[in-house]
Amino acid sequence: METLLLSRIQFAANISFHILFPTITIALGWVLLFFKLRFNATGDAKWMDAYRFWVKIFALSFGMGVVSGITMSFQFGTNWPGFMEAVGNVAGPLLAYEVMTAFFLEAVFLGIMLFGFSRVPNWLHTTATVLVAFGTTMSTFWIIVLNSWMHTPAGFEIRDGVVFATDWFDVIFNPSMPYRLTHMLLASGLTVAFLIAGISAFRRLIGDSSDGVKAGMKTGLWMAALLIPIQIFAGDMHGLNTLEHQPAKVAAMEGNWETGPNKPLYLFAIPNEEERRNDYAIKIPNMASIILTHKADGVVPGLNDFVAEDGTVMHPPVSKVFWSFRIMVGTGLAMLLVSWGTLAWIARRDPETGDRFRLKRLPKFWLWGLVAMTFSGWLATLAGWYTTEIGRQPWLVQGVLTTEAAVADVAAPMVLTTLIAYLVVYALLLTAYIAVIFYLARKAAKGENINNPIPQSGEATTGLGRGASGAAVPAE
Amino acid sequence: MMTLFGDPNIWLPWSFGALLGVSILIYVVLDGFDLGVGVLFPFANGAEKDTMVASIGPFWDANETWLVLAVGILLVAFPVAHGIILTSLYLPVAVLLIGLIMRGVAFEFRAKAPAPWKNTWNGVFYAGSLLSSLAQGFMLGMYIMGLTWTWGNVGFALLTAVFLTVGYSFIGATWLILKTEGALQKKAVDWAKGGIWGLILGIGAISVASPLVSPRIFEKWFSFPSMLYLAPLPILSGLLVAYLWWKLSTLPREDDSYAWSPFVAAMALFILAFLGLAYSFYPYVVPEQMTIYEAAAAPEALIIILVGACFVVPTILAYTALAYWVFRGKATALSYE
Repeated sequence: METLLLSRIQFAANISFHILFPTITIALGWVLLFFKLRFNATGDAKWMDAYRFWVKIFALSFGMGVVSGITMSFQFGTNWPGFMEAVGNVAGPLLAYEVMTAFFLEAVFLGIMLFGFSRVPNWLHTTATVLVAFGTTMSTFWIIVLNSWMHTPAGFEIRDGVVFATDWFDVIFNPSMPYRLTHMLLASGLTVAFLIAGISAFRRLIGDSSDGVKAGMKTGLWMAALLIPIQIFAGDMHGLNTLEHQPAKVAAMEGNWETGPNKPLYLFAIPNEEERRNDYAIKIPNMASIILTHKADGVVPGLNDFVAEDGTVMHPPVSKVFWSFRIMVGTGLAMLLVSWGTLAWIARRDPETGDRFRLKRLPKFWLWGLVAMTFSGWLATLAGWYTTEIGRQPWLVQGVLTTEAAVADVAAPMVLTTLIAYLVVYALLLTAYIAVIFYLARKAAKGENINNPIPQSGEATTGLGRGASGAAVPAE
Repeated sequence: MMTLFGDPNIWLPWSFGALLGVSILIYVVLDGFDLGVGVLFPFANGAEKDTMVASIGPFWDANETWLVLAVGILLVAFPVAHGIILTSLYLPVAVLLIGLIMRGVAFEFRAKAPAPWKNTWNGVFYAGSLLSSLAQGFMLGMYIMGLTWTWGNVGFALLTAVFLTVGYSFIGATWLILKTEGALQKKAVDWAKGGIWGLILGIGAISVASPLVSPRIFEKWFSFPSMLYLAPLPILSGLLVAYLWWKLSTLPREDDSYAWSPFVAAMALFILAFLGLAYSFYPYVVPEQMTIYEAAAAPEALIIILVGACFVVPTILAYTALAYWVFRGKATALSYE
């Protein structure tokens, strides 16, 4: 049991760290393409400024994603050999297609996208940008297909305890895949929207009023405002899909113990698994029934249905799912409020002059609010993934394979040692990553490199400027 | 359709065994040179370090993807073997991964972090490259010794760890001869001269140890007439070493001719060494325990991957070639502009 728990924590730590970076690169790749195309179309330098700043964040995030992704590809073998032994015939081809159609595409064209600007024609550079963005999205597609199949397996049969695919169309387009994919792509878009808005607000606060910052901030705010209502709708659809296929998860999300009609929505509660009830509950009557079935007397599944007669619990740990879900929804609502509120503010007209307020009239505290939301997308994404993944427990593949059956027979101290090593590395890297993003923002705000193309030799600069006389450019 | 090609339980595992071998080989050569460049870091000064990173910057990510493909093929085509190999190499795998993380992120941080931190990130880059190379050499040694943890095997694996690391620094140095000029190129020639012994001792140690460990491998190499067919492998390797020895003493030249030759010869040596290994261990994927035919996943899963691979792998090779062509010539400082 100890190895099982430690292996789960290790996998959770690895994949939580990993997902932070694809969540940024998936959408940021497309945003960079947007900046590039705007520049190609208008020739306005502000778009190139925005491109140049964000491509650095993209490169940094991409590097973090690559190395943490390599760790993921080894985790199956080192900690979860039972997974591939049981469902390898389905999971294998999906992972193989991810590597073949996505990883190489993004990895190879990333080099050209980052460093090839002066070496290849503009169309090839734009194509490389498209292919990198497309590659990250393809990668999302395949990995979400596999993950969704683990939640809602379809198109297979089991012979001698081993899963064999019978219909690849059903495997790929399994019931939860379209919902999960949409939800994740939108999550990535929102993460990037708030990252861009937050960092741009930070640059404004330290005195950078360049057009590039304004362009970035507007792009971020509009993206957020457009995507968040769609995300709320998509999330609701995803929830209804989960209700159909994984009722135990929905029961845990709602903190609902007994199946029945007229179930309340708990705004706050401490689920008590021993007593099988909710303590300190604050609730809205009938609301869970209304959200899930669109009827006040709709029946909501209860957790007690998932306890076997011998007392074996076959539903997920309740409070973790219950609270992850609330953190995700709460963050989403904050996103709605902030993005729409900000746009409403800047669209207001000054009663004296009749001019719109625009970005420049945003008060300082408001800008700090945007800065505070910089990594809100990470919070929501992680909370969302915890909801769905912990919500699948005790299953690894819903109804097919339990997590316990797949774990490797590795000594617990070994798992613990490597877990601690990973955690230390990840903590340091995350600190460095966030520190460098704000450092790059400060440097850009001071106008280094952006307005001054002559590089300072020997300095660890970002290689933005190309020396006018072809002088040595600081290494990237 | 299947009958046209014989028994899919034979040719499918064989194809995937070959694909696995090719992926590992490409990985070892490609990431070998960029890991080796990292291992050489302490011998270079600040500006040289920038040039060294610039020479591998556009490539390292794609190079490492071959490792993901290799592990991926092992995972999807030989799932049981994948579990056995990786659980028995649990600790070195963790060291490898942490090393790869350190060097991968250092690429970015050393250029983007505030200047006072640059030396720290250079150190992380070096340490990560070193750890990754050592871990790979250690895993290779353990694999050859049959994946059992005894003191003797660990001792041998520690030796191969050092040899492979020096071997990587050697191919890294030959890459720098090709991609740099001036003082750094001269230094790289010296590094290559100083590192070639790692490759020789490494190949030597493995050639001696693997037949001693396994009577089966001994039989495969030292029986008549296979000895005759196999003779070109050691002979060619010896000739290549002699050629490298001679060539390195003449480099660098005024007109920079033949700057490519040590790298090409080093690649050829890696390929020959790899062929020897592949010959020794075929058909086993877990040494002396499990053949590729016993470990293979279901044919219906393999065929769907193979169909894709037939289209995708040539495409990957094509655009990889494009990237190397775009960044051909001497390394220039990397710039986003």
